[in-house]
Amino acid sequence: MFKILKKQVLSPGVLLFDLEAPRIAKKAEPGQFVILRVNDEGERVPLTIADFNRDKGTITIIFQEVGASTQLLGALNEGESILDLVGPLGKKTHIEPDMGTIVCIGGGIGVAPVYPIARGLKQAGNKVISIMGAKSKEILIFEDEMKAVSDEVYVTTDDGSYGIKGFVTTALQQLIDKGVKIAEVIAIGPVVMMRSVAEATRPYGIHTVVSLNPIMVDGTGMCGGCRVQIGNESKFACVDGPEFDAHQVDFKGLMMRQRTYKTQEAQEKDHVCRCEQQGLAKGADCECQSH
Amino acid sequence: MPISLMKHKMPEQDPKIRATNFEEVAMGYGEEDAVAEANRCLNCKVPQCRKGCPVEVDIPGFIAKIKEKDFDGSIALVKEANSLPAICGRVCPQENQCEKYCVLAKRGESVAIGRLERFVADRSLAQGDHTQPIVYAADAQKVAVIGSGPAGLSAAGELAKKGYKVTIFEALHTAGGVLSYGIPEFRLPKDDIVKVEIDSLKKMGVEIEVNAVAGKLFTVDELMDEDGFSAVFISTGAGLPHFMGIEGENFNGVYSANEFLTRCNLMKAYQFPTHATPIHVGNNVAVVGGGNVAMDAARTSLRLGAEHVYIVYRRGEEELPARREEIHHAKEEGIDFKLLHNPVAILGDDQGWVKKLRCIKMELGEPDASGRRRPIEIPGSEFEIDVDTVVIAIGQGPNPLVQSTTPGMDTNKRGNIVADEETGATTKAGVFAGGDIVTGAATVILAMGAGKKAAAAIDEYLKTKKQ
Repeated sequence: MFKILKKQVLSPGVLLFDLEAPRIAKKAEPGQFVILRVNDEGERVPLTIADFNRDKGTITIIFQEVGASTQLLGALNEGESILDLVGPLGKKTHIEPDMGTIVCIGGGIGVAPVYPIARGLKQAGNKVISIMGAKSKEILIFEDEMKAVSDEVYVTTDDGSYGIKGFVTTALQQLIDKGVKIAEVIAIGPVVMMRSVAEATRPYGIHTVVSLNPIMVDGTGMCGGCRVQIGNESKFACVDGPEFDAHQVDFKGLMMRQRTYKTQEAQEKDHVCRCEQQGLAKGADCECQSH
Repeated sequence: MPISLMKHKMPEQDPKIRATNFEEVAMGYGEEDAVAEANRCLNCKVPQCRKGCPVEVDIPGFIAKIKEKDFDGSIALVKEANSLPAICGRVCPQENQCEKYCVLAKRGESVAIGRLERFVADRSLAQGDHTQPIVYAADAQKVAVIGSGPAGLSAAGELAKKGYKVTIFEALHTAGGVLSYGIPEFRLPKDDIVKVEIDSLKKMGVEIEVNAVAGKLFTVDELMDEDGFSAVFISTGAGLPHFMGIEGENFNGVYSANEFLTRCNLMKAYQFPTHATPIHVGNNVAVVGGGNVAMDAARTSLRLGAEHVYIVYRRGEEELPARREEIHHAKEEGIDFKLLHNPVAILGDDQGWVKKLRCIKMELGEPDASGRRRPIEIPGSEFEIDVDTVVIAIGQGPNPLVQSTTPGMDTNKRGNIVADEETGATTKAGVFAGGDIVTGAATVILAMGAGKKAAAAIDEYLKTKKQ
């Protein structure tokens, strides 16, 4: 069992958990992920590690309550535990000194996994320019954290409620147009955003890395469900990634595969809690566990 | 009265009914049948059956005790050699092992050794687990086992019996390896059999740590240098699915058999949405491959509601690598065998969903390196079948996570760990390996045999080292 030491609401529907996991914290590196399962009936949910603290023995995860599994997770409180947590999985981000200027881009809750990468790059002595994008100011997360580990931070909002009005690519294009010498771009966020970033840097030949989060089960290379087309090769995101050269990624294929269980997810949302049918209160601890 | 040349039949669920549920297909002997079947054993002076058993169960011995109705004595004798008898009684390919050598097999059907093993094992499980915890010596040495499949469980059981403190590290959240994620419930019940057998090992004193991915959470060197393990046994199995490398394999609805079976068995997708993991099946399913895994995937598809399930296999009936019993069961349940057919492309729609499987007809030519007649394409014979799901069951390779993080341990060109056939010793001192990670995908019992041999070798190694 893995205890929730801290629960924080970052923005509506977006939650932060600090989990007690000393062994994972000891080994975690920027770019890696964990898979968790809330209870015995639960799905295996992959989440990128948003932070880790080796001294405290904790890892941080940030997630959006979008489906049945993340809602179940979100219903847990500080002091409660999740059943399974496995990691750190995947390859760590390539970080070394003197890489030059790195642009770290996070879209939506994608800012969370970008944070330890930006911090790692900064600690290694690189110049870090961060771009954070959100639909509007209210749902922007991790601004202070990103400012603490970046040389420059640009915020973009779709509605212009804060920072630059537009998308992360708007700010990125401005940097390119200003003539900033960019050694590498790292972008994490919704697939459409990562695809846009890839298209923005492609004409300039700027090496661009994206972190993919396809559907997966085991996370150790056993099921192959997370396969993505990278150039001419089919790769497993869980063990060969999750980070790949953005200019080689088949984003269209990735988006199609992510829709595999749309029908079932809808069915799951419509599923009526059996406890509720019996007039009992619905909750994460209810025995039917089918929320 | 001369003995019957036929095995006593084991009751089975009706094929039409069982194809719609996940209950066990074969229901096991009752006492009367078991004793009658045991009485077919000739108790040969030189028993041939034993040489067919990779873990060397005293077969005539345990059968003799069934004749005497000493069932407790019988299971005790089996367990001396085999720590997972209820599992082996179900999934061992006995027809290629013990039963193949039975003298009666030359004249008719062999003694039903597997069914008898299952009978005494099940009877013992039904009486509750009376496993006694092992009392360890104060200076008992620690041995780590990586992977909790058949090889790991067997090694752990043997090592514990020899007085070693064993910790098994399992990457998934449930122990059992292929017994839990791969072999379906209707062939090997999880809660009633697999879990109970594993719990019995735990009761002996074997510790099992789940959610522990070797090569990520820790390395083999760390286990030995920092965590105080005197030896390590690697039994990580054949966990890397092969795909065919044909066009369209990334369409939605195309699964590796590993994923398809893991979703269903380990994650219990057949109980969706009570269990949260979904699975996609549709009406028409094509399973590519002819081994036991392919049969499992095909029969699972039926039970998940598919109307028409094909096995697409590039060689002929005789070359099918699956157990005869599995093929027979699959046919009884209505699986459509497209033999001498090879998939050449998977076709999908513009939403990314698989729609058709394009196959080409094959004929058999001269024998190839495997001794089987080589399938050759018949030019111009391509045609398409409508499918909603394609499951690729053409084999698995070794998962590289442990090998790539263990310097000094050699692998072969396929990525399998190089280990001594008799001892499991790798090229790294104190590190042993066995099961599919060494041999490539094989059977439960061969893996158990390797685990058992390695346990003996680890014991020998540690005793020698201590002196």
